Amino acid sequence: MSDDKTEIDPHSGVETTGHSWDGIKELNNPLPRWWLIVWYATIFWAVVYMILMPAWPALPGLGGTNTPGILGKSDRAEVAAKVSTMRAERSVASQQLMSSSLVEIQDDLNLQQFAMAMGESAFGDNCATCHGSGGRGAKGYPMLADDVWLWDGSLDGIEQTVRHGIRHTSDELTRLSAMPAFGRDNLLTSAEIDDLVQHVLSYSDRQTNPESASKGSVLFAAQCASCHGVDAKGSRLVGAPNLTDAEWLFGGEPADIRATITNARNAHMPAWQGRLDDPTIKALAVYVHSLGGGE
Amino acid sequence: MIPGKKCAILNMASSLFVALVYEGATARPIRNYPYITCARLNAFCDQFEAGLKGANSVSTITKPRSSIAGSIAGVATLVAIACLGSLLIAANAIDPMMEAHAWIFFFLTAFALVTIGIWAGGLTGRDPFDESFYEDMIVKFGVVAAMFWGIAGFLVGVIIALQLTWPSIFYFPEFGWSNFGRLRPLHTSAVIFAFGGNVLIATSFYVVQRTSRTRIAGGLWPWFVFWGYNLFIVIAGTGYLMGVTQSKEYAEPEWYADLWLTIVWVAYLLVFLGTLWKRKEPHIYVANWFYLSFIVTIAMLHIVNNLSIPVNLSGSKSYQLFSGVQDALTQWWYGHNAVGFFLTTGFLAIMYYFIPKRAQRPVYSYRLSIVHFWSLIFIYIWAGPHHLHYTALPQWAQTLGMTFSIMLWMPSWGGMINGVMTLSGAWDKLRTDPVIRMMVVSLAFYGMSTFEGPLMSVRAVNALSHYTEWGIAHVHSGSLGWVGFISFGALYCLTQWLWKRPALYSKNLVEWHFWLATIGIVFYIVALYFAGIIEGLMWRAYNEYGFLEYSFIETVDAKHINYMIRMVGGGLYLTGALIMAYNLVRTALGHGEAADVASPEASLAPALQPAE
Repeated sequence: MSDDKTEIDPHSGVETTGHSWDGIKELNNPLPRWWLIVWYATIFWAVVYMILMPAWPALPGLGGTNTPGILGKSDRAEVAAKVSTMRAERSVASQQLMSSSLVEIQDDLNLQQFAMAMGESAFGDNCATCHGSGGRGAKGYPMLADDVWLWDGSLDGIEQTVRHGIRHTSDELTRLSAMPAFGRDNLLTSAEIDDLVQHVLSYSDRQTNPESASKGSVLFAAQCASCHGVDAKGSRLVGAPNLTDAEWLFGGEPADIRATITNARNAHMPAWQGRLDDPTIKALAVYVHSLGGGE
Repeated sequence: MIPGKKCAILNMASSLFVALVYEGATARPIRNYPYITCARLNAFCDQFEAGLKGANSVSTITKPRSSIAGSIAGVATLVAIACLGSLLIAANAIDPMMEAHAWIFFFLTAFALVTIGIWAGGLTGRDPFDESFYEDMIVKFGVVAAMFWGIAGFLVGVIIALQLTWPSIFYFPEFGWSNFGRLRPLHTSAVIFAFGGNVLIATSFYVVQRTSRTRIAGGLWPWFVFWGYNLFIVIAGTGYLMGVTQSKEYAEPEWYADLWLTIVWVAYLLVFLGTLWKRKEPHIYVANWFYLSFIVTIAMLHIVNNLSIPVNLSGSKSYQLFSGVQDALTQWWYGHNAVGFFLTTGFLAIMYYFIPKRAQRPVYSYRLSIVHFWSLIFIYIWAGPHHLHYTALPQWAQTLGMTFSIMLWMPSWGGMINGVMTLSGAWDKLRTDPVIRMMVVSLAFYGMSTFEGPLMSVRAVNALSHYTEWGIAHVHSGSLGWVGFISFGALYCLTQWLWKRPALYSKNLVEWHFWLATIGIVFYIVALYFAGIIEGLMWRAYNEYGFLEYSFIETVDAKHINYMIRMVGGGLYLTGALIMAYNLVRTALGHGEAADVASPEASLAPALQPAE
């Protein structure tokens, strides 16, 4: 069978090549014409594209670079041009942002809308990762769309927080405070922490063990009131939260409160000065202020 | 004593064990194995041996070789060196991952050495590499390994699809190995290299023997290729789970695994070339050109992309020779041609044997097969830069990648045309034979994704599609549809032919597999095409002041539903593969429609070649 004896395939009437491998034969059909035409067309298109656009490198007479293409297109030049156009378009509004106070920005409708657009975009790229889309917050990451503020909810206060961060110790102006880890550092015993939890629960009118809570109130006055206040309504000077409302950044269940007292939380937020330019930080302050809770 | 039929599952398991492990490792006739006495198994053995003596014969008497010791000594020496070397590294390992890997290597190579010793000792002058028989046992092992790794890979795929759909639920920080970052390369490597690689090795050994009408060359070396390759898979997979990676996509294994694979691959190349060298056909069949291009090019790609310098010969970490955009270009030259020469030419080789064989029709056009082969391999190798559009890669190189991708469209389609047109004169088989249908549908997916590839390589299209789920959809239409279906077709054929069954255990189960998997693919790719276009458009949306409209997390949020549908699609595909595995096991054991032992040479089984 291996000698080149061609035969005619009875079904198609086409000649075979005369070979056979394990019973497999091959017909001697020509290349499909449409296939060949489309292939030549793609080759033609490719050659034209190579003439029009930057293509072959290292041809003689090019000094080691590539053919630039007769359209003179260049990605790098186009990107540079687009970036400078964008900068020019934004420069007027950015200058205005820089020269206006935050309150002035809020009062100028055009400027305010520009700042909102810029702030929303910057917030999505930089802040939403922790604070959530629209500043809706998550456990451990404050909601920015309500009127509960740990530090400061004014325009200037928000700008200060964005610029210098919270407990971002490499920035001298960062907002700084530290709650002791009462359990981990053996400042209170486990039973005392239980009492304290009962007392804290009583601020938000929840069912408590009265005996334990009353022991806790003595501890609270001694250990906690200096920051959280004798009425437990918190202090913005040190970012101490109000313990009498229904808002709990790290959870308000007894186990959550116990964990907070035992290990402390002392969460961090990075300082954005240096990473974001000044107009962007100002725009962020305006945007966050507008989310619903600005003061 | 195991009474026949008393415990079907035990019966099946033990039969499978004996048929594969014991017989494979010792090459002794299993009939003499004292513990297996069930009637069904003996019938199986009789039939098996009859097959071995009769149907398997190459039909040409060659003079017995004087020496059979060469390849055995060669393999044993290489394995012994690997064994001792890994013991040395295990003793001096400077990191726990390297230590674990060295021990895995040591125990598995030591086990292999002992097995070779016992087996060689039991030969007593018999020629285990008798030239008048095809070596089919190794192909059987390949079929089982491919099915095993395929299911493992699909399963991990479904798990990571779950993780992407509900990232906070399926996140277990206390179990680092379960992290998406480690399971993702486990999935890709398991399906491409473990499943695909075993299919390619098994089918190439089967096809090259039959189309060259000679036993596979190299004595024990083909066995070294099979087990050595699977050892590489184990090292790669366990490495990912431990966090060992060189962070190159589809080339994650570290330097020592790469070195081992290089040795295995060179052995593979030599075995394949040796078989072609001693062929008894005047011409080399087209499937073998494709296999050869796959083996040669993968060797080149693997070596160049993995050029790196280990920090310490007893440590797992190494550093790449290239950096920056040179590294990126080398990586995507590798990555794209892994698609081209592993997942395309390798599986086209399968297509060129199994479709004409199963359909019993001649290949449509010899001329087309030559033209599309040479144009495919010449053009494919330049197309890699299209993975780096709009990056630091110089624009002229992007032009190169894009124009060659466009020119690649028709050479790719040549294979589809040749495969589909081979069916002319046998179109009715699409209706009656679900295995043929599976292979033809695989060609349809091949055509779709090789049109889509050039389309996506156009810079303007790429600007939208790149980095989005569109890429994932494209890859899976090619891998689930083309690579998966052509492999399933080949595995169905091989199981029936190798175990000499007149039919598969159940054609209905093949129908179920076909439809579940097809619907699964459609769910998968449609969901991700939508997700990709949605997120691509969201990424480039600007508001009236020229700022980005959406944050990244909003674009992730937007595809949650699509992720759920994708997960269901993947689950359907996995279910189909499980049905297939069940069907193949029952077929191998001769149950159901496969039980007709009276006529082992059914019409669909490979016909014999008369002697020259």
